[in-house]
Amino acid sequence: MSAGTSKIDVTVTDVIPVNDLVKRFHFRRTDGAILPTFSGGAHVVVEMRDDDRTRLNPYSLMSSPLDTTDYTISVRRDDVGRGGSLFMHNRVKPGQRMVISNPVNLFSLDLRAKKHLMIAGGIGITPFMAQTSQLAGEGGNFELHYTCRTQALGTYADVLQARYGRRIHLYHDDRNEKLPLEKLLSSQPLGTHLYICGPAGMIDWVRRTAAEAGWPSETVHYEHFAAPQPGKPFDVKLAVSGKQIRVGEQQSLLEAIEAAGVDPPYLCRGGVCGQCETNVVSYDGKFLHNDHWLSEEEHRSGCKIMPCVSRFEGKSLVLER
Amino acid sequence: MGINFRKETFRDDFTFRNSPEHIRRFPFPFHEDAYMYAVNIEPHVPGPKGSVLEHGIDVDEHYVSEMHDRALVLAEDPLRCQSLPHMTLAGWDLLELLMTSKAESYPEHFTLTRDGDKWHWINRPLGIDDHFTFGDVSTLPYGPMEYITRQSQGDFCILDQRDSNLWMDAGIVTTQADWSLDFDIGMNFFEWHAPVPLAHEKGIFTRALKFLANIQQGAPARRLNWTMTINPRLDTSPENYHKWGTDRATVTPENVGQKVHLRVELQSFWRLPRSNALVFPIRCYLIKMDELVTSPKWARRFHRVLRDLPTELADYKGLSRYRPTVIEWLSKYDDGAPTSPGFGPD
Repeated sequence: MSAGTSKIDVTVTDVIPVNDLVKRFHFRRTDGAILPTFSGGAHVVVEMRDDDRTRLNPYSLMSSPLDTTDYTISVRRDDVGRGGSLFMHNRVKPGQRMVISNPVNLFSLDLRAKKHLMIAGGIGITPFMAQTSQLAGEGGNFELHYTCRTQALGTYADVLQARYGRRIHLYHDDRNEKLPLEKLLSSQPLGTHLYICGPAGMIDWVRRTAAEAGWPSETVHYEHFAAPQPGKPFDVKLAVSGKQIRVGEQQSLLEAIEAAGVDPPYLCRGGVCGQCETNVVSYDGKFLHNDHWLSEEEHRSGCKIMPCVSRFEGKSLVLER
Repeated sequence: MGINFRKETFRDDFTFRNSPEHIRRFPFPFHEDAYMYAVNIEPHVPGPKGSVLEHGIDVDEHYVSEMHDRALVLAEDPLRCQSLPHMTLAGWDLLELLMTSKAESYPEHFTLTRDGDKWHWINRPLGIDDHFTFGDVSTLPYGPMEYITRQSQGDFCILDQRDSNLWMDAGIVTTQADWSLDFDIGMNFFEWHAPVPLAHEKGIFTRALKFLANIQQGAPARRLNWTMTINPRLDTSPENYHKWGTDRATVTPENVGQKVHLRVELQSFWRLPRSNALVFPIRCYLIKMDELVTSPKWARRFHRVLRDLPTELADYKGLSRYRPTVIEWLSKYDDGAPTSPGFGPD
């Protein structure tokens, strides 16, 4: 069974520009029922019927888990990406019917935490919108630090400040405001859990600094959806299904496998969940591993690949699919 | 219409038995004439009408009597029900799952009315009619997990998911096959499976954990497990070993049919939405040998499975003492004919 088969028919009820880069999309169930309950940090995979190709992109749910009459997501436009965000920005209109997955949470709150310390960068704010709603409803102890390029691009910073006041701390790059990370991490009460969502460089910096400050890895949670990177086209043979496929420049290996009629499992499509892990039968060339799932040793072994985000350059590649 | 609830006991005079229709719906766990561990997990999708898989959460003719037995166990030993402080939200998740499922599957017996967080729950078989506020523990007589699982057949383990592992941080366990929640609480997936022989070497637990950690909302899964119990006891806990352990020495060729029971657990696995925890309902079904052999296929096949079971497994399941007596008794029902594939009774 494909892990992504549990789908929900929804109708777009609103599309709202938030700032120069971000639009918010509201979905309701087309049959009028309420949407499934979810937990803060969950995402849904949105199916985009872009002419003859289907794009599947994961987006964090940013509405309150306490109210599931609608789901909202926010999409940052990426003019040089593979086109999913542009499709959402340019082609999706109110009244349109779409298909989304059930919620999946790979960035869950640790409910044992005495305090939740959240660090967001850019569009990485979205999962925290839902997590703070959930925690505020339960009287949870949290504090959010949010870095953005300019005040105008501080997506939902005003909403968060209005809701939570002094629990929200903002840092603007254009004003040279810097998140005082070391000081912040050294001043937390015992039992604090740390959550990070933002660009890869920021996640690495915060994780490294936390590790150096002695934070146990079990208390550090992060989410980074690596969008699949474009690259040179390459050919792949699928040993089990006996298919020969070509992965296009703007296509991920997973998408090419799906387009060939093979239905592999997936959850995040961002290199973190492990569902689409695939065995390599043989290869002659070089892997471009972009995932956060396989260990470095597994990357070096040449035995496994995560087709949602990773690519290949070389003469031949045979996968067990 | 509706279920005809039996009045029966699982202790002392042992009046438990299955009606003829219930014998036919017994979840016989062997699809071939041999048994070995496997990750036999499949999607928990609705099964044939009348089977134990017809509904996500099964309610059967033993419901009222099982709930009475659970209340007796809890009165003696409150530690059979425990929830670590961070698991309360998961308890509400479970309450919602069980109430909505029961009300939808058995509307003649259960009704749930929701008006925002003001909920009204009617459980006719147990004579319960309660109004409460969803999320407010003070409006229920017990915590949410204990409240609803005192009204639900089977044991329930609620597992917190973190650090790429599952942790048994809450549960109610009163109908177990010789394991203890009080011992396992706070343990992770590998710790609580540590005593199981053979399966570790096969890498079964590593694969099973990976599968379970990826179970999604809206897509539950299930598997069957089995053992045997002497006398129809639901509560075969280590805490009460002194009460049931000696039963195993009482099996004779004359009483096999009445005393010896095949015990099947239908385990299902559900992702809970608010807490992101997983819940494992472990539903126990008992059938005595006299009932089992009313299906010639089951009688033949169970004889072969029991006869050929590896010694380590027989020891682990606690069958060794009476296994020869039962095999001898069952051999009378094995004419050597082939058995058809699949679980059904033919």
